[in-house]
Amino acid sequence: MSQDSPPVAVMQSVPPNSVGISLNACIKCNICVSYCPVSEVTDSFPGPKYAAPQSERFREFGYPYFQDAAGSNPPAPGRGRVPDASVDYCSGCRVCNEVCPTGVRIAEINARARARIVAAEGLSLRNRLLGRSDLLGRVGSVAPALANALLHHPLSRRLAAVLFGVAEKAPLPRWHNETFSRWLKRTRSRRLRSERKVVYFHGCATQHYEPFVGMAAVLVLEHLGYEVVVPPQSCCGLPLLSNGEFSAAETYHRRNVAQFADYVQAGYPILGASTSCTLTLKEEAPELLDLEGDEGTQALKRNTWDIFEWLRERENQGQLPADLGSLNNGQEPFILPYHAPCQLRAHRIGKPALDLLALIPGIDLRESHARCCGIAGTYGLKSEKYQIAMDVGAELFDFAAAQADTSDPAVQGAVSFTACDSETCRWQLEHGAGLPSRHPIELLAASYGLYDLQARQPLNEN
Amino acid sequence: MKRIQTEILVIGGGATGTGVAWDAALRGFQTVLVEKRDLTHGTTGRYHGLLHSGARYVLKDADSAVECIRENRILRRTHAHCIEDTGGFFIVTPEDEDDYPDRFAAACRRLDIPCDEIPASTALRREPLLNPGVSRVFELPDAAADSFLAAHATAQAARQAGALLLPYHELTGLHLSGGDGNRAVSAAAVLDTVTGEELRIDADLVINAAGAWCGQVAALAGVEVNMILGKGVMLATNARLTNTVINRCKMPGDGDILVPIHTVSVIGTTDQQVSDPENLSIEQWEIDLMLTEGDKLVPGLSRSRILRAWAGVRPLYHEPPSSHESIHRPAPHPDRRASRLEAKPASPASRDATRALALLDHRQRDGLSGFITITGGKWTTFRLMAESAVDAACAQLGVSRPCHTAETPVPGVEQGHYWLGHRLDEVESENRQSELICECELVTRSMLEGAAQRNPTVTLDDLRRDVRLGMGPCQGGFCTYRAVGVLHQLRSDETATDAADWKVAHMQSPAHHHRDGGPPADGGPAEPAPAAQPEPRRPSPAIDPAAAVSQPNLLLRDFLQERWKGVVPILWGDQLRQERLDELIYLSILNADHLPADERQSPLSEFYRSGFSYPGSRLT
Ligand SMILES: Cc1cc2nc3c(=O)[nH]c(=O)nc-3n(C[C@H](O)[C@H](O)[C@H](O)COP(=O)(O)OP(=O)(O)OC[C@H]3O[C@@H](n4cnc5c(N)ncnc54)[C@H](O)[C@@H]3O)c2cc1C
Ligand code: SF4
Ligand code: SF4
Ligand code: SF4
Repeated sequence: MSQDSPPVAVMQSVPPNSVGISLNACIKCNICVSYCPVSEVTDSFPGPKYAAPQSERFREFGYPYFQDAAGSNPPAPGRGRVPDASVDYCSGCRVCNEVCPTGVRIAEINARARARIVAAEGLSLRNRLLGRSDLLGRVGSVAPALANALLHHPLSRRLAAVLFGVAEKAPLPRWHNETFSRWLKRTRSRRLRSERKVVYFHGCATQHYEPFVGMAAVLVLEHLGYEVVVPPQSCCGLPLLSNGEFSAAETYHRRNVAQFADYVQAGYPILGASTSCTLTLKEEAPELLDLEGDEGTQALKRNTWDIFEWLRERENQGQLPADLGSLNNGQEPFILPYHAPCQLRAHRIGKPALDLLALIPGIDLRESHARCCGIAGTYGLKSEKYQIAMDVGAELFDFAAAQADTSDPAVQGAVSFTACDSETCRWQLEHGAGLPSRHPIELLAASYGLYDLQARQPLNEN
Repeated sequence: MKRIQTEILVIGGGATGTGVAWDAALRGFQTVLVEKRDLTHGTTGRYHGLLHSGARYVLKDADSAVECIRENRILRRTHAHCIEDTGGFFIVTPEDEDDYPDRFAAACRRLDIPCDEIPASTALRREPLLNPGVSRVFELPDAAADSFLAAHATAQAARQAGALLLPYHELTGLHLSGGDGNRAVSAAAVLDTVTGEELRIDADLVINAAGAWCGQVAALAGVEVNMILGKGVMLATNARLTNTVINRCKMPGDGDILVPIHTVSVIGTTDQQVSDPENLSIEQWEIDLMLTEGDKLVPGLSRSRILRAWAGVRPLYHEPPSSHESIHRPAPHPDRRASRLEAKPASPASRDATRALALLDHRQRDGLSGFITITGGKWTTFRLMAESAVDAACAQLGVSRPCHTAETPVPGVEQGHYWLGHRLDEVESENRQSELICECELVTRSMLEGAAQRNPTVTLDDLRRDVRLGMGPCQGGFCTYRAVGVLHQLRSDETATDAADWKVAHMQSPAHHHRDGGPPADGGPAEPAPAAQPEPRRPSPAIDPAAAVSQPNLLLRDFLQERWKGVVPILWGDQLRQERLDELIYLSILNADHLPADERQSPLSEFYRSGFSYPGSRLT
């Protein structure tokens, strides 16, 4: 089983969600406050305890944060005024959930509060766009070179900052010249056919910006003897959820439930390399959208795995090929600063990538204990939050820099890469620490001799 | 001994007493009110929180129903800011009898109580936690009302009209004059319970508005008033379960109302006849009954976090049949006749006793002039009760002065009805997050200081009633020590500002408090000018260094004890975990049970320690 059910203080079956009810468990201990990386660096966010269990008591219970199935759920007259704006400064990193001793679903309560603000007050064009990573991806992928030139031109960044409030310096991805699906199609004849199948959920970033992460995943899975099925799929809906557009997110989520239903039925595991996509399928969408009672949602949730979570399971079964090679010809220890992104920690599965990377000969893993890189999806892209995100990330950037500081005699060699499981975090990490960053699956694929870590492309196959 | 001379002396500082003082002062009477503790320390501060539409009583007590709907309409104007316009649902659950709803709807129509049947699905959409088995739902103009704020606003209006209000002053004796035939109450002996000083108040007329204590007060005048005391137990949940008042659509019974009041929902209530209005015990079966019945309104309520239990006592009165005529009922409604015809037992059980108000004119009833008792009724009808009491006073004093309270808004109504999020909204828009003393209920430092400077603060419980200090999930765990510190600082450098610039209506409002005590930032409409001379300022016991109660340690201990009293009966689950943390803070870290307090007691120390006998707990 991919995960235990969360330790929430479930009241009973009737309340529509365990998220709201979990506020009852708060004992005001302030532990979340002392860990929240955002409230530590800005006065704009009063902190998790204030924003979630405290403020939630002042928000009208039952006020719709999205339209109901009938298409409308208008609040009673005079109802549904949204009292607080500061909750929008919660980045959704879930550090608070991790440390809360009583299981309050703080980040989710905040996400719902934001959704209620959006439902009541509407959404800026910027947030509407940022929420639609799949759409942006598709538009740019039509003519990637042009799109990159346009988007990354200093003038357009200026313009975007002035017009939309997208921070000028924030790390934005580049469209790849070939989408992941097109690569799959082009290399169809070379793909492994097998009785043993897994389904791959690529997510928007792999599809449009970093298809090589998906390639690395496919190569590793095939190396294990699995056929990789990649059905048509939608965005998981997370960017919409974190920008408060719950009804649009529900549309995406239901589409995914339908698209994966047959595979789920057939018992194929659904694997993803993006920890945020998989978390959304496993937990965020069901909880935030009140779909915990929905059978299709439950089935998809039960079958979804983080790719390393699943690989670790294979390793435990003795099914992982042992032909792992050194990443730098065994010259000197391969120093790899690794950051477990918040989204992964929220899976509550330990750090499976760390467990498997440790098997690579000659690797010197340096684990970051930084709370958050700051970016939290689209949070750090917004002008008003860019600096907050950078200040939050400082802890991580300093850590990475320290590993690479050759003037320090304790540092035993050069650092060529950092590693992190989440795409936006990698972009932020590169932006903040000035070091190239890789997904652990790329490192694993490289270690199996299937992948060029520098050029980010499969070896012997193009 | 100090002596005060007045025309009308009011006994009791609950809704009724403050209402009487307001009414009398507006009619130009020189008025003094004495309350033995803080305003609203009696039933008014322990009630269920419901501004009745009257619908609850349509089939049982039409008199009361008619009084309720009329007053409901008036209070929405005169006390708008003390009311949240929640609306009310009367729901028919699978357990409720079949023909009641139709008779109910017909009776509402007959008594002119607006009652709309709405589809159960609509009700469930608006209140998702409601029992999904409801078959029919009626929507009525019930509402939630803050009795603390209302009493303070009424008291403020009374002061502006020239009344003198003396909290922490207990009536200890009544002086009678005249012989047979023209016996009259002429003066009262009053004890300042903080300083121990005695006071004599000469009055032309005494109005007994002592609620459940009316019998005891009447006894001081040698008059027998047999109160029927109906104790009711209520439980508050950690957060709101509904935003609408929920009533079962059936003959009124136990645990059939759920009221959203500020941040909590309150389920209630029981009705047990008791003899002593003071020490009310909360029994295990009462808690269990509230949880069981609560589940019928909102399934799962019993497993939600319960914050607290408390009890209040209904001041019901039923005149023995022999002296029926002397109960005065104002403005009879045509429908009343019908209800009068229903035979009532001589001494009904409290659940069956009428909720209509009872005015006892002791000149007619007992041949004792200068003395009137006003009791029975509901919080909802306090204004009407005051009106009829002062009407009777006019008659006794031989003057004719019309009542103005129905058209006179109390200070603060310009704010409109309050709403659940108003405090959060104000904290947010003014960025006052870092000023919070009570985080659960969003009480800022300046709210606390304002209330402490302007209202007598003998215990922190007085501030709780003023600003909701300590009423949230941690039940004082994190705000008690902070509040004690603030008070200590406040008292060591006395900066009390003039009571005249104090807007009591803003007491509950983070946005209207500024350390400098300046005018409100909103530049809102000015308060009506005081109608009479401002109240002569006496040193508040709170800032009197000689008063024993100025001891911070005592404040701390008293308040912890008071909060504990209400938590003990519901000590399981989440709240138990909370109390364990609070215990660690106060007993293990602060050593609060060994603080030097010089063996001092406040007038309420004993009260906080006593009053509950609680056999067994959920854990056993
Ligand atoms: C459990 C319960 C739930 C209720 N729910 C509702 C509701 O939802 N809606 C509604 O409309 N009504 C409700 N009521 C009824 C309502 O609360 C009361 O009718 C109303 O509060 C009575 O107010 P009062 O001022 O007459 O009495 P009180 O508030 O009791 O005031 C009497 C005051 O007299 C003081 N006093 C006593 N003796 C002396 C003395 N010797 N000297 C000086 N002062 C003295 C007391 O300290 C007390 O403060 C409820 C009642 C109960 C018990
Ligand atoms: S999710 Fe992150 S930013 Fe939001 S409250 Fe929790 S710790 Fe703070
Ligand atoms: S850590 Fe959990 S229990 Fe403690 S204050 Fe935060 S939400 Fe409440
Ligand atoms: S989390 Fe994944 S699927 Fe979801 S938006 Fe991001 S990349 Fe797309």
